[in-house]
Amino acid sequence: MSPSRLLAALALLAALVLGVTACGDSGGDTTGGGGGGASLSGDIAGAGSSAQQAAQEAFIANFENANSGVTVAYDPIGSGGGRDQFIAGGTDFAGSDAVFDEAELPKASKRCGPGDLIQIPDYISPIAVIYNLSGVDDLQLSPDTLAGIFKQDITKWNDPVIAKDNPGVDLPDTSITPVNRSDDSGTTENFTDYLHQAAPSVWTFDASETFPVKGGEAAAQTSGVVQAVTAGDGAIGYADASQAGDLGVAKVKVGNEYVGPSTEGAAKDLELSKLDPKLSQGKYVLAYAVDRTSKDPSTYPILLVSYLIGCTQYDSPNTAAIVKSYFNYIVSSDGQKAAAEAAGSAPLSAGLMKKVQPAVDAIQTG
Amino acid sequence: MAATSIDTTTQGGQILAGASGGKRRLGDRVFSNVVIVSAVTILALLAGVALFLIAEAQPAVFANSVDLPEGKSLVDYIAPLAFGTVLAATIAVFLAVPLGVAVAVFISHIAPRRLAMSLAYIVDLLAAIPSIVYGLWGIFVLGPAAVPILKWLTDHLGFIPFFAGPASVTGRTMIVAGLVLAVMILPIISAVSREVFSQTPRRLQEGALALGATRWEMIRMVVFPFGRSAVVSGSMLGLGRALGETMAVTIILSGSGVISFNLVSQANPSTIASNIALNFPESSGLAVNVLIASGLVLFVITLIVNMIARLVISRRNLQ
Repeated sequence: MSPSRLLAALALLAALVLGVTACGDSGGDTTGGGGGGASLSGDIAGAGSSAQQAAQEAFIANFENANSGVTVAYDPIGSGGGRDQFIAGGTDFAGSDAVFDEAELPKASKRCGPGDLIQIPDYISPIAVIYNLSGVDDLQLSPDTLAGIFKQDITKWNDPVIAKDNPGVDLPDTSITPVNRSDDSGTTENFTDYLHQAAPSVWTFDASETFPVKGGEAAAQTSGVVQAVTAGDGAIGYADASQAGDLGVAKVKVGNEYVGPSTEGAAKDLELSKLDPKLSQGKYVLAYAVDRTSKDPSTYPILLVSYLIGCTQYDSPNTAAIVKSYFNYIVSSDGQKAAAEAAGSAPLSAGLMKKVQPAVDAIQTG
Repeated sequence: MAATSIDTTTQGGQILAGASGGKRRLGDRVFSNVVIVSAVTILALLAGVALFLIAEAQPAVFANSVDLPEGKSLVDYIAPLAFGTVLAATIAVFLAVPLGVAVAVFISHIAPRRLAMSLAYIVDLLAAIPSIVYGLWGIFVLGPAAVPILKWLTDHLGFIPFFAGPASVTGRTMIVAGLVLAVMILPIISAVSREVFSQTPRRLQEGALALGATRWEMIRMVVFPFGRSAVVSGSMLGLGRALGETMAVTIILSGSGVISFNLVSQANPSTIASNIALNFPESSGLAVNVLIASGLVLFVITLIVNMIARLVISRRNLQ
């Protein structure tokens, strides 16, 4: 009796495994044909930046509502993984906080051959300098002071350098606990890029996804940083402005004024930024060198730009049609508004929309 | 009684005879095949993991250190992580073994039967809590609660390098991470020890008591020696879990790549597993190989720990 039962169990297991793999094989393909039609059906998959996750979820929800036959999947595995998967052909589109670097660009272009690579900004988020210091509701910091704090040169809140930025504020004798991300992240890269460019004499490190100074408080993900700053009196960190919650948000010096994070300021700063010619190789590859040293007080220079990545041609015209329609929605004012509501991001300005639209229009569906 | 026992022996003899006679029953063949396949599968899995780690780590080993993340050599990159891994696990074992053994003795020898049963259930339940929940508990409850204690330690025991400070203001320190790990490995240590303690031969225990030993002396002289190898193997199982624990440490520990015995400050070495979890999502190319190389180091550390444990246990058994 036991051998037969065992055999039965094995057979059941085998059937189960076969069944699951069979399901796995049949799913995931787009239903071919019927390109360019009014009603879309099929599915596309993307992966990448976790910063974009909330925005992508909003895009997907609204887009799928408007196109009932379409399924869009976005896997927030991280920017690096998103770019890798896109290059490998595993996904139809990607989201990335960093642009393709010089080594990746040729590979990404090849993946899109014979079409062109598309890389356009679709998500702008101001990064706030958050702090927790009892008794201090307003904090103003010049770039040099901010760099000094995060470099751990300035260790007390009543340091004369901080006092100089905050005339008339009674600063306590509390130790400063700078909090940085312990995981590699686009937020860190953008924040260190700002320090690198705006305070070059103090911040002698390059921009990098890994926080370059050791020995500070390190926390995982945005929520970890926010939690650590919330928990520690005298702590200061950086996080997406939308996640700052009730924490104090420092104003940073832009030109001659101190400016707090705002979506308008971030979007304007990006609009005034120039393209990086080395990394913008390709008709539809936009890689912005974000202007961190703006003197215009209506801009806010600490921001994260995340990019939408795709191709102008796909093997299946149906996939191309869905991608085109989806991208169109993302860069539309409706899509940007939805992201702003869901993720607290800054909608692309009209000027930027004009710059990214040609890339989306170039996707060939026929 | 006697008849049945004779009956079973003859049956057993027939089965044995059948097995040796070449005409084996279907059940026996299936059983032995299944068992062999299982054993081989385990070995193949282990070899597969080792091969994967070696193959994927290899590019990082032979790469120029300039191309590696942070421009550091592989050894400089992994050394603080390996140090942190061993440090956190050591703290955990150091705290959990005495507690786990004490709980085991209490359950097996001291507590009234009904209390012992429910206590055993509760301790086993600790093992069922997902590690991320331990992490959240550590960061939201234990960490903040530890802040004043850490401050006290640096103020009064700051001359000991472990408590040199400055004390963290968030409590996300090595000592708190070690404490949470200790709670996580407590059930393993306690369960393994308890099982063996309760199997201590009754005649030895009663003999010791009859010779005038107190309960504590009986436990010390009879139960502990009998269960020593169980305590060692339970501790090693716990150590293995502590070495590889990922999520709880990732959430709790403020790891910033330094090598330091200072257990109470914000600057702590990270651990291999949590470093992989933190940095894999944003890694590509060679950076992934570096992470896998660090995984290989963890694999080797765990292997060595387990081998030492086996050695200790087998030596005890010989004696």
